[in-house]
Amino acid sequence: MITPTHYMLLSAALFMIGVVGVMVRRNIIIIFMSIELILNAVNINLVAFSNQLHDVIGQVFAIFVIAVAAAEAAVGLGIILAFYRNKETVNIDEMNVMRW
Amino acid sequence: MGQAIAFYTLAAFILGFAVLVVTAKDTVHSVLFLVLDFLFVAALYVLLSAPFLAVIQVLVYAGGIVVLYLFVVMLVNLKRPPEAHQDSHRRTKLGFALAAGVLIELVAIASYDYLGPAATVVPAAVSPVSGNTEQVGWMLYTSYLIPFEIASMLLLVAMIGAIVLAKREL
Repeated sequence: MITPTHYMLLSAALFMIGVVGVMVRRNIIIIFMSIELILNAVNINLVAFSNQLHDVIGQVFAIFVIAVAAAEAAVGLGIILAFYRNKETVNIDEMNVMRW
Repeated sequence: MGQAIAFYTLAAFILGFAVLVVTAKDTVHSVLFLVLDFLFVAALYVLLSAPFLAVIQVLVYAGGIVVLYLFVVMLVNLKRPPEAHQDSHRRTKLGFALAAGVLIELVAIASYDYLGPAATVVPAAVSPVSGNTEQVGWMLYTSYLIPFEIASMLLLVAMIGAIVLAKREL
């Protein structure tokens, strides 16, 4: 029997993989992808509880999370492109100045 | 039983591809593993009887966001891999330790219901429509109309912001 606890543990594991990606990798594109993994982990939780409680509000919130993730990806990748044109790097260790 | 097999298979694929996303050397490979990961999460939504969200996941994530990532990876010409740059200030072990702390905390929270009181299932408000997509649409256009409009404004602002940022000169 698959209970919401199973889904929460899957979600926690996926969240942790995303956190490791954010903290360990230095490529900012991979860090953005790790953030998408974290948002997916949150969505799994929302939909699991929506299924458990027979209420679609969790799915509505998951749709809002997807909308925010799309906005975040668009703006974030725009910033990466603008930064790359100036500094020729995607390594966050070299992104240590606020102006250039 | 069938549900358990489906869940464990999907969970194994989701976690395996997530690990590959984080560990892949080539950024393009990482993006392709991300597509597969999103598709398996969509399959998990079908298992959770949320077919509308599964379709949204495939269209928006696997279709839209990943294409955006691929464009940026192709535009950003990586002559030298970013990981080759060695910085003495790197704290990889600290990153793993913090992530392990987050995992322990999350598992403690998730396994709480084995020890704590059983959750009571509250009957949901009766929806005037039946069917998953109809119910989600009903909620979006009645109780959550204002957040829905704010989300559309957010997407408009994000679109304008991305154009302004990516343009060479205004």
